[in-house]
Amino acid sequence: MNKTRKPSLRFLIAAGLALLASLSAFAQTASPTAPLPPPPTPKDSEVLQSMGAYFQNTDPSAAFAAYKDKDGNLPKGFTAPTLGVAGPGHNGWMMTSAALVLFMTLPGLALFYGGLVRTKNVLSVMAQCLGIAGLVTILWWAFGYSLVFGKNFGSAFLGGSEFFFLRGVDSAPNADYGAWVSHNVFAMYQLMFAIITPALIVGAIAERMKFSAVLLFVTVWMFVVYFPLAHMVWGVTGLMNGVWNSGAAIKAIDFAGGTVVHMSSGWSALILCLILGPRLGFGKTPMPPHSLVLCMVGTGMLWVGWYGFNAGSAVAADGVAANAFTTTTLATAVASFTWAALEYLLRGKASVLGFCSGAVAGLVVVTPACGFITSSLSVPLGIIAGAVPFFACTKLKPLFGYDDALDTFGVHAIGGTLGALLTGLFARNAANANLATNLKDKVTDAFGQPLVIEQLKAIGLTLALAVVSTVVIAYVVKAVVGLRPTVESEQEGLDLSDHGEEGYIYEAKA
Amino acid sequence: MKLIIAIIKPFKLEEVKEALAAAGIEGMTVTEVKGFGRQKGHTEIYRGSEYTVDFLPKVKVEIAVANDAAGKAVDTIVKAAKTGKIGDGKVFVLPLEEVVRIRTDERGESAV
Amino acid sequence: MKLISAIIKPFKLEEVKAALAEVGVEGMTVTEVKGFGRQKGHTEIYRGSEYTVDFLPKVKIEVAVADGVAGNAINAIVASAKTGKIGDGKIFVVPLEEVVRIRTDERGETAI
Repeated sequence: MNKTRKPSLRFLIAAGLALLASLSAFAQTASPTAPLPPPPTPKDSEVLQSMGAYFQNTDPSAAFAAYKDKDGNLPKGFTAPTLGVAGPGHNGWMMTSAALVLFMTLPGLALFYGGLVRTKNVLSVMAQCLGIAGLVTILWWAFGYSLVFGKNFGSAFLGGSEFFFLRGVDSAPNADYGAWVSHNVFAMYQLMFAIITPALIVGAIAERMKFSAVLLFVTVWMFVVYFPLAHMVWGVTGLMNGVWNSGAAIKAIDFAGGTVVHMSSGWSALILCLILGPRLGFGKTPMPPHSLVLCMVGTGMLWVGWYGFNAGSAVAADGVAANAFTTTTLATAVASFTWAALEYLLRGKASVLGFCSGAVAGLVVVTPACGFITSSLSVPLGIIAGAVPFFACTKLKPLFGYDDALDTFGVHAIGGTLGALLTGLFARNAANANLATNLKDKVTDAFGQPLVIEQLKAIGLTLALAVVSTVVIAYVVKAVVGLRPTVESEQEGLDLSDHGEEGYIYEAKA
Repeated sequence: MKLIIAIIKPFKLEEVKEALAAAGIEGMTVTEVKGFGRQKGHTEIYRGSEYTVDFLPKVKVEIAVANDAAGKAVDTIVKAAKTGKIGDGKVFVLPLEEVVRIRTDERGESAV
Repeated sequence: MKLISAIIKPFKLEEVKAALAEVGVEGMTVTEVKGFGRQKGHTEIYRGSEYTVDFLPKVKIEVAVADGVAGNAINAIVASAKTGKIGDGKIFVVPLEEVVRIRTDERGETAI
């Protein structure tokens, strides 16, 4: 039945939006100007060398090292055609990649999940994906980006405050993350990861969590789990950023988000699904997917969008991106085929849902590895990626009886954990020259290389952070707004009870 | 008058319709229904979750006939709908007290 | 013989099916229908256009039973379909003159 929202809650939401609008005034960039001595003019040969950095995806200012002071800063007013501008090719690829990663959530994941639920709940998972996209974008603009990719806290666990409200995040590159990519493009690209990660959790709690509870849970979860974890793994001062932070306490690697995205969402999803309890009638009434056609359409979009996710994580259109593109393709195709082949061997029929599940599992597992492994190792990785989540979804789930409605745990937690481990075993210097700097002692090109231990540490920390935080957040949300809809609402379906709409209307209403 | 309700296999609908037309019975109401009798359903498996689908798609045909046409109508349906395999369906015959043609307000057998 | 038609809440179908099986009623025909009784519908709003949906989804079950079984079947349906809230549905009982099993041409109670 239709509930009338309390006026006070409505007022709070309106007040919150008004506050956001006024806060944006703080985002104006301050540009101090002071009288300066005339800066030196670079030589043509130095400019040419600087342009070469575009093809190597290296720092263009390195060519002007002769003019830098002892802190590495160029004189005020020093200009060159390569400084303060994005490289068109790299920047173009990153804008395309950002759009591709958004496409994974809207509509890829929304359709994939929407097809797997029952007719009466198809809109609820779509509304959750849309709601998360809006909510996380606001959080990212206000605090999230800065907490992940800022550095003025000087902390291994959280970034800084210098980019709050995206202050100073403009079209000039931020050399910490991409020498040739606009800082604002980089911020939008990373935003898309922040959107899809909590959206993945929706799969485990589908069909039985109130919309308001989902949004409140996600808001807190982003601050407690995602922002710190993303900083630890990808921030230049991050605790687990083995490639770029020479002072990282855990010298782990995660190319596109096996720990940050898939492990964090997958393990949190399991805990939330256990605290929430199973759907009404789970195990007694049939709950088959209402449309495997939508599910297949969503899977295709996820796969295509994932090229932005994986190859885009090179933050350049360079050789590392090209290798990631290749390993992603091979691992995904092999995993999809493996899952369906196992179905055929074990029960005589290869199913569409099997092909789809295998493809997503392959994409998940190759995510942390794609930029660090060779194409030949991506094939065995694909076989393992198809097999292990297959047994998690079809054997482990019935064995323990938890209601992971759409297998977020089976695919993303198991797949993400497996991917982080396989990255430790399979990372090779031949695939990525960046492994030869801070990690030269860890990556020895053998299966038993010391990197495996670092990956296990990262797995343990990610798992602990996700599990403990989710327990606390879930009980807080339960106490504040409650987690589940009423029995009547759940029976009627969340489309009507939470959103007042139906997914399918075949005839005009009188 | 009688109301004859037949639950048949969906692919037999055209044959039943033609056989009834040949027997001079023109009008009918058709509904897609799910049936459940002696015929076994099938199982579907989605990622390890197995569902037994007991209810199989059937078609329900309803016709109203005059008393003396009822026997012929039942025989015609049985003959046209039969495959000899389990799941062929059933025919029910119910007494019908009144029939009205809405357009003309005709009543009784002339409205059938 | 009697034809029992029951209009019930859709999510009660499996329970009713199980309850009927316990009193020996195995076959049934199920139709998705829309119902409208004392239960209030709901309101849907699409970009400001509001629709009141009075007709709510219901399931119609039809079972044919011998006269001696009818009472038990009705009781089984009532017990299993009841939630105590408005909108639980209704049961109608209609006399049935003849039943024919299409596959074998059996007639009467043996065909049920």
